[in-house]
Parts: sequence; structure tokens; C-alpha cells
Amino acid sequence: MTARARGAARAGRVMLMPALTALLVLAAWPALWVLWLSLQRRIPVFGIERFVGPSHYVFLAGDPRFWNALEVTLVFTFVSVALEFLLGLAVALALQGQRRGRRLAVALLLLPWALPSVVTGRTFEWLYHPSAGLLNYVLGGQAINWLGEPALALPALIVADVWRTMPFVALLCYARCLTIPVEIYEAARVDGAGALATVRDVTLPLLRRVLLIALLFRTLDALRAFDLMFVLTGGGPANTTETLTVYAYRSLFQTLQLGFGAAIGVVVGALVMLVAWAYLRAMANEEATA
Amino acid sequence: MKRRGALGDALVLTALALWAVPFFWQALTSIKPDTALLAVERLLAAPPTLVHYRAVLERSVMPAALANSLGVAALTTLLAVALGAPGAYALARLPVPGKHVLLLAVVACTAFPQVTIVGPLFVLLRALDLRDTWLALVLADTSFALPLVLWLLAGFVREVPMAVEEAAQIDGAGRLATLGRVVLPLIAPGIASAGLLVFLMSWNELLFAYTFTASEASRTVPVALALFPGVYEVPWGDIAAASMLASLPPILIVAGLQRWLVRGLTAGALRD
Repeated sequence: MTARARGAARAGRVMLMPALTALLVLAAWPALWVLWLSLQRRIPVFGIERFVGPSHYVFLAGDPRFWNALEVTLVFTFVSVALEFLLGLAVALALQGQRRGRRLAVALLLLPWALPSVVTGRTFEWLYHPSAGLLNYVLGGQAINWLGEPALALPALIVADVWRTMPFVALLCYARCLTIPVEIYEAARVDGAGALATVRDVTLPLLRRVLLIALLFRTLDALRAFDLMFVLTGGGPANTTETLTVYAYRSLFQTLQLGFGAAIGVVVGALVMLVAWAYLRAMANEEATA
Repeated sequence: MKRRGALGDALVLTALALWAVPFFWQALTSIKPDTALLAVERLLAAPPTLVHYRAVLERSVMPAALANSLGVAALTTLLAVALGAPGAYALARLPVPGKHVLLLAVVACTAFPQVTIVGPLFVLLRALDLRDTWLALVLADTSFALPLVLWLLAGFVREVPMAVEEAAQIDGAGRLATLGRVVLPLIAPGIASAGLLVFLMSWNELLFAYTFTASEASRTVPVALALFPGVYEVPWGDIAAASMLASLPPILIVAGLQRWLVRGLTAGALRD
């Protein structure tokens, strides 16, 4: 190794050290410690702190509330992400041919995405108000209790989530659309392709990669969603909107069972990592065969 | 792609404006008197008023919360960029052992659910006696801000032509000088983009801020808004006004710094 290469390696270590130390303490260590925490019964208010092994996980396996929360999480994730994709793609395709007001269009799109999710929560709480809400008014003076009705609360949450995250999908696709050379579309037109065929055979295949990446980001975010439930329903009514994150949170800080809450947190983390891993493998396979 | 006419453009803009109606409705609510709030048609007709903004600014924790959020978000951004910029340069350009594993670990950090690490962080920050401090929130937010900055900036560094750096080194500049005088100025727009994203995420963050603060005075904007108190009934007008104040920085960023925000947003996804 030359002196120069040694110098570069040393410089690399020095430059990375602060960031890596911070990540070790603030991310890696909590992520490992939560595993240890989940094997303990730990209830600070009663001074309880003892090792109980995997008993929290055994309990969760037979806990109907846990399976309900898992189902709510998966339904919320699947439906939200599916709607965001359909709408986001449609918006991107509509924007592709936009000539005037592009900046305004992007600003209107970015606004719901950039707002704090708590603002979104408070905004939709007011829109959903049973007697004074805009939604019931637009529906012709209904008195529907959107957030209090067990069958409606989860759909109402999903609508709020789609409202704030559809723009993310739309923007990514739109940005990719802008990089597609005009010549490709001219060639398609010369070949006599109609508008629909052009979208299907030219635009969509070129958007495939960005769609997959947006899919990963959005799926992981939806699995981790917490804020909207916290503001709008708190997990109710009758636990119909209690996702795994809300169940974990309630166990950690409302009933103060740190060990049990940690176990649910570990399940959420494992779920997210599993989805990310499966996705990255699929991507790698695709690139290997492409 | 065939360009369409002005009518099509106007239709698309109208559709997007309709999509944003929930926000506009909240804005309208924030300037309407209480007597008009409980019926939609009266709300539309009532004259505008600033009474809710006055109430929020004079009689709620919102002013303190705005200061807390601004402080926490700005410091988180500074810390993440200060730690992340040299780290990203090393990851992108220097021979670091186990680089691929490190990059994978950084990506894994960005995916990690907050609710998973909030318990251990709570125990840690309590043991350090940091609850109710800005530092607690800055450190907690750094757990998601730093991986994002590392990832985005490493990508921006890779776009800097090798020849530029080599020229600096031939002139006798060391690694640190190359980073400071040549690479950093070149990736300044990238730093701005990553910084804006991290600032927004930190401004919007709820779970950590809620968990690591106990006193009203140390609440951040999302916590103060989520827990906005009502005595006998929900103060919808005040909540709407508080929502608008909470939305100010995002609105300013979206309106004024749109290009950088979009660049940061799309950088991770569109790069190969």
C-alpha cells in the first residue's frame, strides 16, 4: 500500500467516525437494546424489572388484539398504497403534457405532502365533523360520524393518508417523465401509436423503476404510520384503527409496560425489514435478468 | 408527448386545487368567527376575523412551541449536515473497509420504525436526564436525519467529476482541504436539498417530541397542536389558526424553495 493510499484510508476513517458514532448510539444501539428490553417484564411505576424470556412473544401469538392490529396495519398499508399509486400515476401522466402553470401545479401537489401530519389530522377531523363538517355538507346534509363509526373510521383514515402521500408518488413519476426524450414519443406517433398505447407501451415501462422505488418508500411508511391514528382516532372506535404502531405505543406509554411494548415494536421493525429485504431481492433479481 | 391546449392545462390545475381544498378549508376556518363555525353556509358568509390568531398567539403554548420546533429542526439539520457531509464524502470517495455493509446499514436505519426505538431512547434520555430539553429531541431526530443526509449527499458527491478533485490534490491540497474547498461548494445545492428535507421531517415529527417532553413549555408544534386544549368544547377556529401557524415553514419552503425540495425528494429515487 502506498503512503497515499494509506493516507486516504486514514482520512476516510476520520471523516466517517463522527457520523458512525452518532448512528451507533442513536440508532443501532436502541435497535439492539429493544430486543433485550422485549425479553423483560419492565413496568417502571411498580418498580418491576425482571427477565422473562420470550414470554411476551408467546403471549402475542395468542393475543386477538395483536392479530387485529396486524390486520388493520396490513389493510391500511395495502389500500393506501394502492390508491396512492393509481391516483399518483394519473396525476403524473396528466402533468406530463402541462405547458403553463407547472410551478403552481407542483406547489399545489407539494403542499399536502409537506404539511405536518398532525395538521393533516386536525384538518380532516374538522372536515369529518358530524354536524359542521364540509364532507357531510357536500353529501347533502348527512350526519355521518365518520371517525366514530367502526366501519367508517379506517376508510376515513386511509383517505386522509392518501391525501397527504399521493403527491409523493405523483412527483416522483412526474420528475421521471420529464427525463423521457421527446424523440421517443415522436417515434411512437410516427408508428401510429394512439395515446393509450403510448402510455402503455412507452411511458409505463420507462416509469417501472421509479414506480418500484416509490412503492418501497410508501409501503415502509404506511407500515410505520402513527401520527394520523394518534390525532384522528387514537386507535378507536373499538380498536378498528389500532395498527401495530398504535398498539405498541399504547403499551409503552399508556399502560407503561416497556418490555411488552418493546416486543410489539420489534414485530413492527421485523415486518418493515422483511418487506424491505424481499423487495431488494426482487429488484436485484430483476436487474440480474434484465 | 403531445402538448395540449390551455383548456387542458387549466383543467389539471383546477383538479389539483380541488385536491388541496382540505387545506384551504382549514385556512378559511381560521379566519371565521366562532358563531359561524357550526354551520357550513354561515361559515362561508361570515366576515373574516383574526380573533383565533390572537387567541392562539396570546393564550396558548403555540408561541413557545413554534420557538421549540424552530430550534430543534434547525439544530437537527445543522448536526445532521455537519456529521453527514464528511461521512458521505468518505463513503463516496475514500477506501473505507466494509463500505457496502455500511451503506446497507445506513439505508436500514432510514427504514427503521420510530416506534421500535422509542422505548430504548426513552430509557436512555431519561437516564441522561435530558427529558424536556431541545438536546433530547435533536439527538432523537438525528437517528433518522443523519442516515438520510449520508445517503443523499453520498449520491451528490459521486456526481462531482474525479478530475476536479485530482486537480486539487495535485495542487497539494489534503483530503480535508479538498472536501472543504472543492467538494463542498460543488455539492452546496445538494446540501441545501438534503437540509430542507431533514428540516421538514424534523419540523413535522410527533412521536419522539411527544414522548420525550413532559412539560407544556417544552412541547413542539405538532405536540402542541395534537394536544390543543378545549375547555368545554373543541375550539375549532383556534385549532385551525394553530394549524396555519404550524404550516408556515412548509408553505414557505414549498412556495419559495420548491426546486431544491423537489431535487432532494427525487434524488434518491431517480439515481441509478
